[in-house]
Amino acid sequence: MDSTGRIAGTDGVAALETRARAVRAATVRMAHDGKTPHVGSALSCADILVALYFHAMRIDPQAPGDQDVFVLSKGHGCMSYYATLAERGYFSPSVLATYARNGGALPEHPSPGSVPGITVATGSLGHGLPIAAGVALARGMDARPGRVYVLLSDGECNEGSVWEAAMFAAGRRLDRLVVIVDYNKLQAMGRSDEISALAPLADKWRSFGWGTREVDGHDMAALTRVLDALPLEDGRPSAIVAHTVKGKGVSFMEDDTEWHYRSPSDADLDRALEELGRPA
Amino acid sequence: MRNAFIRALTDAAARDERILFLTGDLGFKLFDDFAARFPGRFMNVGVAEATMAGVASGLALEGKKPFIYSIATFATMRCYEQIRDDICYHDADVTIVGVGGGYSYGPNGPTHHALEDIAIMRALPNMTIVCPGDPAETVAAVHALARHRGPAYLRLGRAGEPAVHPGPVSFGIGESLVLRDGRDVALLSTGNMLATAVRVADLLAGRGLTCGVVSMPTVKPLDVRAVDDAIHHAAVVATLEEHSLLGGFGGAVAEHVAEAGVGVRFRRFGAPDRFSHACGDQEFHREAGGLTAARIADALLALAGRPC
Repeated sequence: MDSTGRIAGTDGVAALETRARAVRAATVRMAHDGKTPHVGSALSCADILVALYFHAMRIDPQAPGDQDVFVLSKGHGCMSYYATLAERGYFSPSVLATYARNGGALPEHPSPGSVPGITVATGSLGHGLPIAAGVALARGMDARPGRVYVLLSDGECNEGSVWEAAMFAAGRRLDRLVVIVDYNKLQAMGRSDEISALAPLADKWRSFGWGTREVDGHDMAALTRVLDALPLEDGRPSAIVAHTVKGKGVSFMEDDTEWHYRSPSDADLDRALEELGRPA
Repeated sequence: MRNAFIRALTDAAARDERILFLTGDLGFKLFDDFAARFPGRFMNVGVAEATMAGVASGLALEGKKPFIYSIATFATMRCYEQIRDDICYHDADVTIVGVGGGYSYGPNGPTHHALEDIAIMRALPNMTIVCPGDPAETVAAVHALARHRGPAYLRLGRAGEPAVHPGPVSFGIGESLVLRDGRDVALLSTGNMLATAVRVADLLAGRGLTCGVVSMPTVKPLDVRAVDDAIHHAAVVATLEEHSLLGGFGGAVAEHVAEAGVGVRFRRFGAPDRFSHACGDQEFHREAGGLTAARIADALLALAGRPC
């Protein structure tokens, strides 16, 4: 518990890895039951989400207030986000069964206020960072606490609004703002580095005035270390370029654009749950 | 109108510390007084309208009340999806201020002619649209929006519009102002065509027709009672706006008229559905598009069965 009385996560690395496996299992089941795409995108950021929600973020699901804020700017990756929020206690895991169902609270991109823990809606890429910059700006104006984390996809960095906001945030010295890029190297139609000149991605953030660090986005110890080092540079927003693998954790989904579109069959689900070591 | 806006917003900001003013790098020196009086509450976001709209949403989600300012085309069109997703979908308390409605920036060319802004803002759920007709209505609009909560679009002219109302006015969101009574013709006007509407009424009076003039600064929500009053009591009903004939104020009124089931002679006056490739000021473009008092009066005389 920190000075404000809010509870930060205290799980060790092994416990975090266990949680990430549970989030992945729930994610694959949601994609299977909901017959939805984007399971590869959701799996690539599962470790990042768990590191944020169970280690880095100052949050208390039972007592909302001036807590840390998270914005899933890559809204299509929401299955693992929903699973992480449920795992963290924002709502009952049973709600996950309503994912992508008619009349349910969990659409295929996050909707504001649909469930506790989600205040910012996304779905169209390039929107999350400007909104998060506004949240960070407001907190700074009022000298209120709270860090603002934004998870971007690498394909999303094609959007000009990302770089507009990157310049704005650096100009405003929004050092409570943290971008994490889920750099899984695959976007909707192919290799992200072939579709546009995304590389060198970390250099781009650095040149835009952000404190920048690269990390293995599946190495929980490394993730927690870099999150513990925030802000990466005083007076600057922080960018963490997390090298990831699309579909990570399920061998036959890894690094394959096919799983941006396919939803798992019954047999796929069985195999995936077996690999993840837990019958979900 | 622009100067009335700035004065009114400065007054409103003195009463409500949540009010912030963000500009997309426009309004050189215009906001110096606001910035001096409210340090930290004025911000130049830069030439980045998408970021300005998104940042405003984030500020509003944290309890602020931002007004974001640019030329009407840039303020509404460059960042339309941010307005839709970040502001309207979140029902965020953000007012988008577009300066230069219609042909106000005439010589700057069609990139600066705001002729489709009302149409695209109208289509957005949660959006309120206010187009004041003169400086007094601008002050009233700012005070109404300061009390309002939710996404709004305030469409201004620029500087130097004539005062149409003899003194201060007051209206709430969704309310109209009756300037003149008259039952041969009812002229419903929004935004900076108000002075023209009054001149049309004068011309018609000279031809023996009484012409009611109703200023309808709120396009959304539309004051349907004012429209009903016109279509039930006037022989000819017309709308007037410096905006495309497609989907704007006239479109909104036409939708209501069509569903009201009242046989009434009805005409929309607005900008034609084309880009203007000739250079010219606001009066030039109004003339080219048929938006002058004389042309409108002639058309209404014909519609009323009085040959010119």
